[in-house]
Amino acid sequence: MSEAEIVEARDDAPLSTAKDRAGQQAATESLIDAKGDHVVGRAVTINRPPAELYAYFRDFARLPTFMENVERIDVLDAARSHWVVKAPGGRTVEWDARITEEREGEVIAWTTEEGADVADSGRIEFRDAGARGTVVVATIAYDPPAGTIGKIVAKLFQREPAIQARRDLRRFKQLMETGEIATSSRTKAQLQEEKA
Amino acid sequence: MRALTWHGKHDVRVDTVDDPEILNPRDCIIKVTSTAICGSDLHLYDGYIPTMKAGDILGHEFMGEVVEIGPKSTLKKGQRVVVPFTIACGSCYHCGKHQYSACDNGLPADNQDIAQELYGQPMSGLFGYSHMTGGYAGGQAEYVRVPFSDVGPIVIPDGIEDDKVLFLSDILPTGWMAAENAQIEPGDTVAVWGCGPVGLFAVQSAFLMGAQRVIAIDHFPHRLELAKAFGAETINFEQSATYEALMEMTGGIGPDACIDSVGLEAHGFFVDNVIDQIKASTFLGTDRIHSVRQAILACRKGGRVSMPAVYGGFVDKFPLGAFMEKGLTLKTGQTHTQHYMPGLLNAILEEKIDTTFLISHRLPLEQAPEGYKMFHDNQNEVTKVVLKPGLALAAE
Repeated sequence: MSEAEIVEARDDAPLSTAKDRAGQQAATESLIDAKGDHVVGRAVTINRPPAELYAYFRDFARLPTFMENVERIDVLDAARSHWVVKAPGGRTVEWDARITEEREGEVIAWTTEEGADVADSGRIEFRDAGARGTVVVATIAYDPPAGTIGKIVAKLFQREPAIQARRDLRRFKQLMETGEIATSSRTKAQLQEEKA
Repeated sequence: MRALTWHGKHDVRVDTVDDPEILNPRDCIIKVTSTAICGSDLHLYDGYIPTMKAGDILGHEFMGEVVEIGPKSTLKKGQRVVVPFTIACGSCYHCGKHQYSACDNGLPADNQDIAQELYGQPMSGLFGYSHMTGGYAGGQAEYVRVPFSDVGPIVIPDGIEDDKVLFLSDILPTGWMAAENAQIEPGDTVAVWGCGPVGLFAVQSAFLMGAQRVIAIDHFPHRLELAKAFGAETINFEQSATYEALMEMTGGIGPDACIDSVGLEAHGFFVDNVIDQIKASTFLGTDRIHSVRQAILACRKGGRVSMPAVYGGFVDKFPLGAFMEKGLTLKTGQTHTQHYMPGLLNAILEEKIDTTFLISHRLPLEQAPEGYKMFHDNQNEVTKVVLKPGLALAAE
């Protein structure tokens, strides 16, 4: 079946929530230049206008503010950036990513460059939701780190991309709506420990 | 600083811990002058609430003096404030609708997972009440870090003593919202299960909202006397059969509105309650719900049931059939505290509401563990324990 046929026969729910493999596949293929065969989709409504959210997100160097497992992103040029990401066991992995699609105030999509340690690609859509602000839809395709065992280990360390994406989006929402990221730490030392 | 910390079932201690610090721009730090032990703290004390960790600082009813402020706080050092127990951001969609306890951003991102799994969506944060509600350190301590201090704490005018306003933090707004959720119409008869602080404030609020009669149900004689002092009629369920009494007292109609302020630790020796207890102790079901069951059966057809009481998990034998067939409305929820604080503060200042009658004991913070034990063991006479961190220990 082609992607169009699969989509034709389906309900109106996002493909990233499909229970079947074909639907998941179609969701992955909806990404330009998809890397990895696992797909995670998350929608979150943020009570700010699309343009403001897009502008914050487009400056990749700022993403580590709310992406907890990303240590640093160096912007190389208009399309390319270098990511340094925390991995289980205190290691880091690094890769270069390039922007594959960009529509001011609407969409940013990226993919890792060939030869990267970790293959992933993502697409963030900013949909105007009127009085409710913006629906931010993140679709991320990835290869689980070192197969299923790696995924379980990653989950234990909470570096699993699906969990990470959900939490990162919540932090993005908090930052955009409240100007800060909620913490229940009591002291600066505890806060540092929590972020480590 | 000194703080009351949880270590396990019936094990709370006053420990020395690190002082809190400003961590976010909208934070403030307050020096606690008064803090109360809440009935829902007893749920923690009894080990009914999951996701507690040893060393957690308890307490969600507190007030004090602002001693430090973050750059985005709108408070000033030296101001006296009462802090709402619900931690809400004031800027999300739900806060915009004044549904503060449904705030999207009160919980740290990582703490939202459990509530999302259990409830479908994460709720606001709460002070001193398990990690499912954020893991925030509570107010039974000398100092507290208060997030979103520009929208939560309410400033108290000089000259008003702590005891008059402390309950704005939780139980007064909770009792008021319980009565509001009962959608009371003039001339109504309202039944209130449980004459703890929330129940007693619900009795008071129901009359202020135009109820003609309020019937208060409990088994502690002293608490029933307090309800009577507000003009309520009483049913002691150890002396009388509650459902039958309610039907007789309302001419066979049933109360127009029923308020369940008992919650998951419903007392009393009823068959279904005993089964619930067995299930609770074997983890088959966590909530014991005799009171809400009874409220649904007694409520008049087409009436309203309001449930301010705390329930945490799953129940069975919920009388869904009676609820549907009778066309009842059930309203519930954690209190939208921030929404009710200004109006209720005014009511206190205008002397329309007095809550000081409730306080039966005032103790130094150091004696908090005794306070918990007392409150737990003697709910008849111990109606409310207020801890005063500034109060010296009584001479031995």
